[in-house]
This record gives sequence, structure tokens and C-alpha cells, in this order.
Amino acid sequence: MIGAEVVAAVLLVAVLGFAVIRPGKLPEAVAAVPAALVVLFTGGISPDRALAESMTLLPVVGFLAAVLVLSELCARDGLFEWAGQLMARRSAGQPQRLLLLVFAVAAITTAVLSLDATVVLLTPVVFATAGRVGVRPRPHVYACTHLANAGSLLLPVSNLTNLLAMTALGLGFAQSGLVMSLPWLVVLVVEYFAFRWYFAADLRLGAGAPASAAPTVPLPVFSATVVGLTLVGFVMASFWHVEVAWVAAAGAAVLAVRALQRRQVRPLELLKGLNLPFLAFVLALGIVVRAVVDNGLAELMGHIVPSGTSLWALLAWAGIAAILANLVNNLPAVLILLPLAVGSGVGPALAVLIGVNVGPNLTYVGSLATLLWRRIVHDHDHEAPLAEFTWLGLLTTPLAIVAAVVALWGSLQLFGGVL
Amino acid sequence: MKVLVWIAEATWPSCVDTVSELFPDADVRLLATVPTDVVAQTAGARIGLWGRGTSGNPASSVTELAQTAARDRLAAAEARLGRPAEQEVRSGRPERDVTAAAAEVDVLVLARDGDLSRLGPRSLDKHTRFVVDHAPCRVVLVWPGVAPGLASIPPPPD
Repeated sequence: MIGAEVVAAVLLVAVLGFAVIRPGKLPEAVAAVPAALVVLFTGGISPDRALAESMTLLPVVGFLAAVLVLSELCARDGLFEWAGQLMARRSAGQPQRLLLLVFAVAAITTAVLSLDATVVLLTPVVFATAGRVGVRPRPHVYACTHLANAGSLLLPVSNLTNLLAMTALGLGFAQSGLVMSLPWLVVLVVEYFAFRWYFAADLRLGAGAPASAAPTVPLPVFSATVVGLTLVGFVMASFWHVEVAWVAAAGAAVLAVRALQRRQVRPLELLKGLNLPFLAFVLALGIVVRAVVDNGLAELMGHIVPSGTSLWALLAWAGIAAILANLVNNLPAVLILLPLAVGSGVGPALAVLIGVNVGPNLTYVGSLATLLWRRIVHDHDHEAPLAEFTWLGLLTTPLAIVAAVVALWGSLQLFGGVL
Repeated sequence: MKVLVWIAEATWPSCVDTVSELFPDADVRLLATVPTDVVAQTAGARIGLWGRGTSGNPASSVTELAQTAARDRLAAAEARLGRPAEQEVRSGRPERDVTAAAAEVDVLVLARDGDLSRLGPRSLDKHTRFVVDHAPCRVVLVWPGVAPGLASIPPPPD
């Protein structure tokens, strides 16, 4: 008779493997949902526990769906185009100045609209901007992908992992923003100087070609206002104890009604934007991970994770989280570590966030396993310069994590009283 | 005479001007390269999102944008040259693409693209260095803008 713990562990590996390989480009949920049901029926997790886990995850995934729609509609309204144009104009043909602007815009986009918006919507705009300015695109595009992870420390809404942690800790929007602002800024500074050094040759060349006379895109005032008000709503929601998902949904709804009226989007596209298979995947993954944690992994990890809230303990938490994020991707990593870290206090839980958010930059997709498996299995159409990604990751990531944890420790000394 | 010009970002105008000056009667071929590493980086970042944002694939938009930018650059280069020229876009590793294309011509024109503040080996970035070292034809190496003076060379060792 195979124990429930073995079944749960095998299923978790299978779910992660499927999500990585995605045979036939099937949604990740195709493996995750049956796996969650098997775990449930083999007694790996009780129905009550599974329900409780799903109820915790539901608002988090609901938030992501809403913010994906919000940012997509902003993109259709030209907000990112406008940002690209602003960067092109302000850079004055100087690649180093453009890099600084890209860092600022990417960090703000990630913080407010989540890392997904930076990866999916901002990156192509930045690429086009580099072309318009007549500079090499590499440093600027790499900055977007790096800052999508590293810049996602600031607000609960910047990353799915943050929302999970802030929900578990019961931290409000303003409180967590206050404590995480210092680590966020420190990571940006470390990444910026590392980029300046690493891409020095690329960043020396500029202003060779005159900027093309592209038509001017005006600031989409309506979308920008809705995003601003949504952000204010996030802050207010934490005072009124309302889920941020509702605020994001309200912002998305306002933009959606307007976009439908103006025929910028079709109803079916909006529904697709909600990404229901992904919602099912995260809920199912949460149940499988919870079963693995409850059936022995918590005990096993209990021997590894540090005790206390000293600076060294925080560094250890962040290090373990970074390694785990690179082995199994950051979402499962945070699901595994969070219950243990929350038990140790706010400091360890926030250190875990630093590890799982900044750590993925060590390898270029946030998971060594992902990278290797995908390369081996079927993704041969892009020749990824593995050594280059790894060097940049090795240069920036450990340094950024250590600096951010030290900043977190300092921030907790300063603002710990408000938590 | 067939002259190949590497139309790289930022440095291409100097190359085109050099061709106008040195090879006014040559058959000119303009080559723009699209490096695939940027596309791979974008694709990789999206893989990390685990199927979120499935509606838009940034890697394909970046590929399209890169192709368009390369074609725009070639058109601008031909206009600057002021006479008809063959245009080509290649995707892959730029240094290998340019070296391979150079095998089909008599002269390759390309620009220094490293540290342009002083004379010396660092004035060539690594991809340009590869092309200069491996080109199977004569090479004209252009300083974009004004070349630094001899004083930028460090003094000889004692």
C-alpha cells in the first residue's frame, strides 16, 4: 500500500512536469485538476482542508485575472505606447539615459499592474522604443524581464506571491508597501549598476540614428485615471478590509465597459482575458502542494529552515526561497514555504518573498528545471544564449537578494512597530 | 565590385557615408541583423508566468518589431546612400550572419562599436571583433563620428 504522502509527492512532480513541458500546448490545469482530485480521494488532504486552501487562493487568483484584464485594456488604449514615446523623447538618444527611464517605467509598471504587465505588455514597447531611439535593444529588454521579477517586491499587487504572503500575514496595502519600499529600492539600485557594468559596451553606442518622426500618441487620460484611482482603491481597501480583487475588478470593469462601447475589445476577448484554465491550475496546484506539505514536507523543511528573526535567519530564509524558486518555480515555492515562514513571524515571511521574487532571475525563466526540460523536450525554435543569461543572473541575483534582505532587516527595525 | 555594409543600430550612418565616399560605383548590399537572444529572453520570461496572459505573446511581437526595425533601418540606409542597393535581413547570431554574408562579396564595411572614447582593441565589441577576425574578404573598419586622437593610446611600457 502506497502512502498518501508518496502519492501527493509523485503527483506534485507530475503536475510541475506537465506545466513545464505542456504536451500539445494543453493548459496546465489538464494535469493539475485531476491530480488534485486524486489527492482528495486518496485521503492526501481532507475536503475541509482543500476547501480552506481554495478559499485562500481564490481572491488571489481573482485579483490576477482582474489586473490582467485591466492592464490589457490600458495597453489597447495606448498607455504603454505613450510611456514608450515618453522614454524615447526624454532619453534624447542617450542609451544610458534610456536605461534609467526603462528601469523607472518597468519598476512602476511591475509595482502597480503586476509583473505580468511588464513581461507581456511593456517589453515589446521597450524594444520598439530602443529601435526608435536608435540604440541596441538588449540592455533595455533584459532590464524589463529582470525588473518584472526583481521590481515586484513593493506592493501586495505587484506579484501573485506577495498577495499570498500579505493575505497569510494579514498585512494591509500601506503597511506592506512601507516596509518593502526600502528593499525594493535597494534591489533596483543593485540591478541598475550591475546592468550598467554588464552592458557597458552596448550602452556606449547611441544617437547614431535620428529618431524617426513617429506620430505622437496623447496620454490616454481615462485609462491613466482609472489606474490611479484603482491604486488609491487598493490602499483604501486595506483600511476597510475589502479584498483588493474587488478593487481590481471594479477598475477592470470600468475600462471594459468603455472599451466595449468604443469597440476596442470584443466580449469573447474579455472572457479569454480572465484566463479560467489558469485559475483552475492555481487552485488545483494549491491543493496538491498543501497535501505534500501536510504529509511530511513541513516536517522535513522544519529541519532545514532557520529559527528566529535575526538578520542571519532572514538571509537563510531568502536563500532557501531563492533556491526553491529556481528548482520548482516561484509559485509552488511560496506555497511550500509560506506556512512555515508565517509561523516564524513577519520578517521571515517577507524574506521568503525576496527569495521567490528576486531569485528567479538566477536562471532566465525562474526555474532551472523549466529551462532544462523545455530545451530538451521541444522548445528548440529559440536558441537561448544560456551562458549569457546565467552570467547576468549570477552577477545580479545573489547581490540583490543579500542587499534586499539587509534593507528589509533595517526596514523592520524602523517600521516594525506599524505591523 | 561588390560591397557589403553591416547596417547595425546607431553606427550605420557612418558606414553608409564611407561607402558613398570610397566606393561610389560599387554594387552595394545592405545587411541588417536581428539577434535572436532578445527574443529568447522575452520568450523565457513569459514561460516563467505559467500560462498567464495567454492572449499576447511578447516574443512574437518582439520578433515582428525586430524585423520591422531592421527593414526600416535598411530603407533609411538606402535613402542616405542615394542609389539603389540590395537589402537583406538575417536572424540569428549577428557575428555569424555577417561573416557568412561577407564570403559573397569583395569588401565588407562595418563600424567600431565598443569604447569609442579611445583608440585601441576595446573599440571593437565582441561580435564586431569576431567578424573582423573571421571575415573572408577585405574589411573597411569605420570610426563612427570623429576618431579619438593618438593621445588616447596609453604610453609605451618602460
